[in-house]
This record gives sequence, structure tokens and C-alpha cells, in this order.
Amino acid sequence: MAELAAVTLTINGEPYSLELDTRTSLLDLLREELGLTGAKKGCDHGQCGACTVLLDGRRANACLLLAVALDGAEVVTIEGLAQNWSLHPLQAAFVEHDAFQCGYCTPGQICSAVGMLDELERGWPSYVTRDVSSQPRLDGDEIRERMSGNICRCGAYPNIVAAVEDVA
Amino acid sequence: MEPFRYERADDVGGALATIAHAPGAKFLGGGTNLVDLMRLGVERPAVLVDVSRLPYDRIDAGEGGSLHIGAGVRNSDLAADLRVRTRYPMLAQAVLSGASGQLRNLATTGGNLLQRTRCPYFQDVTKPCNKREPGTGCPAREGEHRNLAVLGHSEHCVATHPSDLAVALAALDAVVHVVGPGGGRTIPLVELHRLPGDEPERDTVLEPDELIVAVDVPALGFAERSLYRKVRERASFSFALVSVAAALDVADGKVRDARIAFGGVAHKPWRAFAAEESLRGASADERSFAKAADAELKQAQPLRDNGYKVPLARNALVRALLELA
Amino acid sequence: MSVVSRAIGASVDRIEGADKVQGRAQYAYEHALEGIAYAAILTSTIAKGAIRAIDAEPARALPGVLAVLTHENAETLHIDNGELAVLQSPRVSYRGQIVGAVIAESYEAARHAERLVRFDYDADAHDVVLRADHPGLYAPEKVNPGFPTDSDEGDVDRALADADVTLDEWYTTPAEHNNAMEPHATVALWDAGGLTLYDSTQGAYRAAQPIAEAFGLDPKRVRVLSEHVGGGFGSKGTPRPHVVLAAMAAKLVERPVKMAVTRQQMFTLTGYRTPTIQRIRLGADREGTLSAIAHEVFEQTSQVAEFAEQTAVVTRMLYASPNRRTSHRLVKLDVPTPSWMRAPGECPGMFALESALDELARELEIDPIELRIRNEPELDPESGNRFSTRNLVACLREGAQRFGWSPGGRRDGRFLYGMGVASSTYPARRAPSTAHARREDDGTFTVRIAAADIGTGARTVLTQIAADTLEVPLESVRVEIGDSDFGPAMLAGGSMGTSSWGTAVVRACRELAAGKDEATVDTADSADADEPLSKHAFGAQFVEVRVDSETGEIRLPRVLGVFACGRIINPKTARSQLIGGMTMGLGMALHEETVVDPHIGGFVNHDLAMYHVPVNADIEQIDAVWLDEEDLHVNPMGAKGIGEIGIVGTAAAVANAVFDATGVRIRDLPLRPDRLLGRL
Repeated sequence: MAELAAVTLTINGEPYSLELDTRTSLLDLLREELGLTGAKKGCDHGQCGACTVLLDGRRANACLLLAVALDGAEVVTIEGLAQNWSLHPLQAAFVEHDAFQCGYCTPGQICSAVGMLDELERGWPSYVTRDVSSQPRLDGDEIRERMSGNICRCGAYPNIVAAVEDVA
Repeated sequence: MEPFRYERADDVGGALATIAHAPGAKFLGGGTNLVDLMRLGVERPAVLVDVSRLPYDRIDAGEGGSLHIGAGVRNSDLAADLRVRTRYPMLAQAVLSGASGQLRNLATTGGNLLQRTRCPYFQDVTKPCNKREPGTGCPAREGEHRNLAVLGHSEHCVATHPSDLAVALAALDAVVHVVGPGGGRTIPLVELHRLPGDEPERDTVLEPDELIVAVDVPALGFAERSLYRKVRERASFSFALVSVAAALDVADGKVRDARIAFGGVAHKPWRAFAAEESLRGASADERSFAKAADAELKQAQPLRDNGYKVPLARNALVRALLELA
Repeated sequence: MSVVSRAIGASVDRIEGADKVQGRAQYAYEHALEGIAYAAILTSTIAKGAIRAIDAEPARALPGVLAVLTHENAETLHIDNGELAVLQSPRVSYRGQIVGAVIAESYEAARHAERLVRFDYDADAHDVVLRADHPGLYAPEKVNPGFPTDSDEGDVDRALADADVTLDEWYTTPAEHNNAMEPHATVALWDAGGLTLYDSTQGAYRAAQPIAEAFGLDPKRVRVLSEHVGGGFGSKGTPRPHVVLAAMAAKLVERPVKMAVTRQQMFTLTGYRTPTIQRIRLGADREGTLSAIAHEVFEQTSQVAEFAEQTAVVTRMLYASPNRRTSHRLVKLDVPTPSWMRAPGECPGMFALESALDELARELEIDPIELRIRNEPELDPESGNRFSTRNLVACLREGAQRFGWSPGGRRDGRFLYGMGVASSTYPARRAPSTAHARREDDGTFTVRIAAADIGTGARTVLTQIAADTLEVPLESVRVEIGDSDFGPAMLAGGSMGTSSWGTAVVRACRELAAGKDEATVDTADSADADEPLSKHAFGAQFVEVRVDSETGEIRLPRVLGVFACGRIINPKTARSQLIGGMTMGLGMALHEETVVDPHIGGFVNHDLAMYHVPVNADIEQIDAVWLDEEDLHVNPMGAKGIGEIGIVGTAAAVANAVFDATGVRIRDLPLRPDRLLGRL
């Protein structure tokens, strides 16, 4: 009774051609089918950000993405961030600054930060940008606002901000 | 979720044809609202028609500085567009105030307008709700309604519309382009969303087989002096208690023109025509601004626990106008 | 006899940090087993009554569905615990209670089938509202974890009558939910050896015991593995009903089963902090010296199990007053059973007490810090014992200086600024635990203990403790935790984790240092020959608020906590833990509230969009510092617990700051704009 559909997408540089239950979220595809459990399910409704991955270079919540709708897409997960056997600068900064405690929101935080820094660099404003028509500056208020889509119940926020500032 | 067939539309004709022939078919844009509601069991489409790759992902300049925004334009791209940020700052701010960065990257213009209420009873299929199942009642009226409507509600429904983008578009006299099996039509945005009345199940005037393809935002010179203010108890990633979109045209200390809309107060974005009327020709000072706010809000009918929204809306509007003046 | 420190006191990066930032740390649900099946949890839609009929056929008929489990086909369990006696009867005792499970080949099939099982109920009238005048209020035999329900010293009524100044106010806190980021989840596997559970728990050993009991198993045949836990904050301190359900499901389908509680279901199945209604009466002279303190608490429990939060117990020891009275009254409602949420007792109790102290200070025009100093007791007021170490006054003074304490409120345009302060405290205890230590052939050391690291950094500090005890480099020590096979151990709770486990680790490692190759130590064997001492950690919370006088929005530009909590084993992780606790306290102050609909008979908001925990933008400048303190009475490391004290006092500091800024006293949490607006 499940409906299937075909989809071809790239995940962390690897191509996948799949036939999937149309109900499969990208998050469940990663975690349940492909063994990529780095992206986390915190709420399954786009309300916590623990599932954040990079979709065609932009941060997105994997829980609300239907995998079958991603034909041709390039997905990068936390597993794909490390560079040449060493940690991505953000990963290293997170360890250095103790920007996590239980670690469950952490992959989402890091992927979100990668996407966010790219958005800043492209000059995207945020709600706290004083003059929305101008280039936003990288400051604490901007980082806090832009990272607010990633909830951390352990309260590692100030250290997350410090880690991001370090790398930015 | 129940099983559904997934189809990607190659062109709008195909999309409309599928919707017309498949009962229970729905359009899929970014999915940030629809997939959420499907997982809750609130929406149960048998077919999803993915329209996200139709050629509606551009923002084009129109005459005199107007903008023609494709329905598939993602919220992020809309807010980042320099023309939007310069000519209609309230519009950029409204989009940026909504959801989270991740959600804004996925959500489309069209989908944003059609998102459904956050009323907790609507969202929970184990609770009665006239909007979801007409005739079952509105438990919010006697229950938890602190963040629900103070304007335009009916005995059947006190829900609010959660979109920030819609509030700014309402203030800007945006026009929505829609296509359906019978052809295309335009709908002023202020008429797109309904008041609940006797049919709370209908959020908008759209037919189920109609697709939003674009939104026109007319040129409005003084919209360069505009802002969107979202009042919420959490500093970010939170729906509005009340929001205000305002643009003000002031010359020689007098208000020549204004555009004002409220969010978080009604089943639709609330264009404040009475406030605007009150302001035209008045001196640009706090007294006039307060008078205008009162003129609009005197029709408010607060429920038992949400009366605070009235002074909140009033104060937020006055402050917005003071900042713009 | 303290442990000499080299690693202890160093800001060591978390041992599992590289795994966590690379997404390699495996949490419960992520264990892939051969033939695994997916289970979805079915929950009740009435608050009270009974299931009259179940139609599971449409679900069973769905391709991919292996079984539907309800009370009709559930095995009989051998357990009394109301919450864990899952599917033992058709009775429904609260909305959202487990009434079944669907087990399927795929996650999608399970979630689909979930909607196809129809329950018909005979619903009774329900009662879900806590009131201070509820006719069903009763005095429990004791309050958690074993304190007397009431206390009465001196003559409070007389003292109140004679006092120069009295205060008599009511304070309320709503239901609050722990909402750890990792939803509760279990993978259950039966085999010839017994039952294996990959679980997300604050105590692997302690989780195994009730599960074994429920299934009539020798506890040795239940193994709980919990290497990484995505937060708990009390809600994973005991096994929740879904753990039993997962094991039942696995037995029924004879395959391993994975089950996660949805975020929505967490609101009824994984515990929450009871709402509280509290009355505080204070009597004092004009100098603020307290002659009377009375603290009455009204709370709820469920129909299936008793949980009595020790909300007023803190008032028994915090301030000097010859006349003191505390009481707890519970009412059984048709609600889920409350459970531990960070700093049970102290947290809600201190909101009331520290707000009341502030009100008294205002009334008397005495500085709130000075008022507390004037009432600092020499000895524990209740027991008469000495405090092992108590530096509350030093925390208040240090904090005042660092924070630039200058209450009085100021206005800047439409913004009102104010400062607030509150005391903070949490007991410093220790419980028996068993640790094994072994010298390996390659010269390294392995330490095993059924401890849990739920984000606290326990794994790391235990490594530091072991390394220093053995006098070897950190890299030579590997600490393994989260396995019930490692023997009895205290759970990660009561801020007793490091204290309990560290003591066992020290003792086991000392035996190795003395020459043995392997040692197992159970600290239950050793009696603590200490003189009777009152052992608590203390702190002071300082908050600056900015209130928008036109909207009632409250923001927190500055927050500081100063703590005296014994020796700090790892400054980096300790600071994070304290800030984390304070952040939760800020959420408690401003946002968190689970709303009950009396008509529907359950919670209205049950997801992260409508239950607001703090987001990054809510936390501006925040810091936690500590005084140098070592308390060897608590454990050989000289450390006290720090996991919970951060949340205690924070909400009161915020409420006090809001008063300072606005002149409006709010006695009900959260401090919402609508509570301020009409009064500004």
C-alpha cells in the first residue's frame, strides 16, 4: 500500500539512486536507510533544528524534506564536513569552546553554522540587522539571531556563539 | 502519514491537470507547512504535486519600481533581494522575522501565504476543531486562546493566521496571481484570506484546484520608510503575539499617507484601513498615532484571556509610527 | 584524604567531543540490529475511564505491520509501579497514557498504522486542575527523596502576630517539561541471554532493575546499554513506560524493536515538574531579622503513582529563623505522574522563597543582599548540624561586586532596566556505586562504572579523577560507562553523579596504585564515619532585565551566577553546566509553561513550537564563576554537585529584576508580557 517513487541525489559526494516510500523524510533516509545517524531527530516537525543539513549549499531541516522531492540535490551532512581526515574548523572550534554538552543538537548546530556563515558572507540581512538594506555585520546579536533555529536544551549557547565567532 | 503518490509537475498545465483529476491532491512547495501537517494527520493528501520546480522562482522588476514575485521564490531569497530590502524594508523584515533560517531557505512565497493556523486545537487531531472538522466545536473559545484572535472571529473559530509575510503584503496592497482550470485571475491579498464566519474550514477564497503563481507588489515610494515589528515573548523563532507592518509618508509634519497592517490578531492579516484614514492629513505626532490606533482597534472583541493584545497592538503601532515619522 | 590534582582542575576537552562534533556518537535509537522492527506508541485520548473496545484490524491488515499490542494481548507484568504497569488493564488514568503499540517493518508503516487503531472509550468526568482548596488534598507520608512532609519549629503563628513586619503572599509555578533534545528511545532485543536494551537513561544499572522485575527476570539477565544520552534533566532518571512497552513489543514479534517517543508524546509519557501553588509568610523586625518563616506547598500527583516534590524542604535550612513551618499537600488528579525535573524541590520552592525575601527587603528598604546576610544561619536551622562548608554570603558579595550590583531601576526611552538577585542552593550528597579498575597489559588502565554522561561531562571528569588517583597521564586511562553490567551505581541525578562515581573510582584506583592489577569497589560497603554535617552547595544569581514598557517584552542583557560548590574538577565543563542550569532557569522565568485545558483534560501545548525553551537569541551576556572551595566531607575529590544548582534561584532573580525595573511584582511564572502589560 505504500507508494514509491524514484529519486537520485548526492549525499556527501556519493550518488544514490533509490526507490523510496514517498513518505520518507530526508532525515529518516539518512538515519534509517543509509546509516548516517549524524543528523538527529529532535522533534520531526521543524521546530528544533537538530536535523539541519546542507541542501545544495543551504541549511535546511531534513525532517520536513521529502526525500523523493530531492531529485538532483546535493546534500551534505555532518559526516561530510570533515576535511581530509581532520576536523572542519567549526568542529574543532566546538570542541575547543565546549560548545556542546549532551551533543544531540550538535551536528545540527554545526551544519547550521556552516550555512549561516555562508549566508552572512553573501550579505543576507537578518531580523536584527539595523538597516535591512545594508550589509550586515558579524556580531554577537547577528549570530544569536541567525542560530536561533537550533535549540540547545543544555544551554551551550554562549559557547556556540564563541565557537562561531572564532571561525568566522 | 498515509501513503500518497508523489508527482513532480513539469509545467503548470500538468500540475493543474493532476489536481483536477486526482481527488485529495495538493500542491507541494517547500513543504515546511504541508509536511508538518501531514505528519500530524491534519492534512491527508492522496497525491502531492510538487510545483517547486516550476518557473516561478524569480523576482522581476515591474513598472515604476513594482515587484513581481514568483510564488516559488524561497523566503530567504525574497528577504535577501536588494530591491525588496531597499524599496520595501517592511517586507524583508517581515520575512526575516518568521521561522528560522533553515525554514526560510525552504519555504516558498506561495506556501507561506497558505500556511495554516497554529491554534493548538487545530493542530491536534485528537481534539475537536471546527476548522478541521466542521461541526465538532471550537474548544479554544472556552479553553486556551491567549494567542488567538481579537478581531473578526466568529463563534465557530477564533484562529489567527500565522504568516508574517502576508501582513506586510497586506499593507502594501499586494495582488496575488492565481491560475486554475478556468484560467487565471488576480486577487488582492487583503481579500485572499477570509474571516472564519460560518465556514471556518476555509482559510482562503482559493478553490482547491487553484495555484498561486505570483505576487505583485505595487510601487509605493514612501514604502522605503517602512518597518515590520514582531512582538513575541521569546526573542526569536516564535510566532507573533502581535505584529505590525507600517509605512508612513510624512511631509511638513503632516501625514500624507500610511499603510498599516496587524498580524497575530485575526484569521487574516488585518489591514488597518480605519487607522490609515484617521492618519491622512493628521499631524505626525504621538497623539494622532494613538488616535489612529484606537480608531482601528475599537472594533476589537477580546476573548476572556487575550485582551492584552489590544493595548499591545496599539502600543506597537504607535511606536512603529513614531520610529517612521 | 584528598586526591592530588594534576588533571583535576584542568579544563580538559570532553573525551567524546570529537565523536559528538562528527556525528559519530551513537544514541539509543541509532543502534542498527539485524531484523529490527519499528514500533509506534498509541496513547489515550481521554483522561479518565476505560477502553470499551479496540478495533485493530485495519492496522493489522496494513502491509508491513507485524503486530498490534494492546491490553487485550499484553503479557502480565509483575510490577506494582503504576506507570510501568503498562497495558495491564483497560483503565485509562490520564490523557496521553500508553494504550498500545504498533510494530511494523518500516517506520512509515508503523506511523501510518498508529492512526488506524480505533479505541472506543467509556469516559468518566475528569479532574486535572490543581487548586489550593482542592478537597482531595492530602499529606503524603513523606516527600522526595525521604523527607518528612511537614515541619514545625517554634511557634510560627505567634511570631507572625508579634512581628514588626509580615508578608503573606502566594506564588505559582506552572507545569514544566524537561524537553531534553533527544527524545526518549529504546531498542529492545530478547535472546537466549535475556533482554538487552539500548536505552537513553540517566542510570543504566538502575534502569535495569524495575524492567527485570516487570518481566519476572533475574536482574542479571537484563542489560541496559546507554553510552551517549542526549540530555535528561531528570526525565531519564527512571525508566519510563515506553521502555517496558518496547520490551513487550520485541517479545511479541520475536524481533528486536526500536521505539522512540515522539516529541508530542514526551509531554505525557516522560514526566514533568508538577505545577505548584505556594504560600509564603514571613515575619521580621525592622532590621529584617526573620522571626518566622512559613512555606506551604500544594502540588499534584497522578492516580497511578505518588510523586511528592520536596518544594518547601529548602526553607528548612536556608535562612535562620527560630520559628519555621513547612508543609506539602498533594492531590491525585487525572494527570500523568510528575517526575524529576532539574533540582526538584529546590527549584520551584526557591522561586517562591527568594521572591518573598525580595518583597520583604523592598518593604523594609533594606538591600536584598544585606537582608540575606542578616539571616545567614551559623548552623543548619533544622538539624542544628554544622554546615560542611557554606559560602552563600561570599557568593552574594562576590557577585555583587562583579555584577556591579546597583538596583533601583532606570529608564532609557521606553525601556526599563532593573537588577535582581537570589540565593541558590542544592544538597551535596553521595550515594553508593561500584567501580572496577584494571591495569591492562599495555600499561593503560580501564575503569568501568555504570555512570551516565548526559551532557554533564561526567565521562571526562571521571577520567581526570582516575588519572590523578593512579598518577598517570589522562591518555593512559579509559573510562567506560553506561552499561548495567558494570554493577550498581547512582544515577545521574540529584547532582550526585560525580560525587558518587568519583568516590568509587578513587577507591578502586587507589587499590591499583597500591599494587593490585584489578580492583572492584562498592562504596556501599564503607560507612561514612563523618560527624553529622549539613552538606549543600550554594550560589547567588544576578540578573539584569530590560523591559519594553509598551509591550511587556522582557529581555536579559546580563546574567551572572557565582557559586561555591566545592572543588571544580573541570572548569570548562563546569562552567558549561552552570550556565546550562541558569539558561533553563531563564526559560522557567520567562517562557516555559505547559497549559492545561480543564475541559479537554490534558495539556494543550505539546511541542517545541508552543512550549518555549530559550533560543540562542534569548541569551545575551551570561557567565558562571565560582569561589575556591574544597569540601572533603562530601567525597575525596572535595567536589560538590553542580548539575542542578544553576536553575535554582534564577527565576526569582529574574522576577526580582522585573520588579526593580517596573515596580510590578509578578508572583506567577512565567513572567509573560500579558502579565505585565496592564500594570506598567
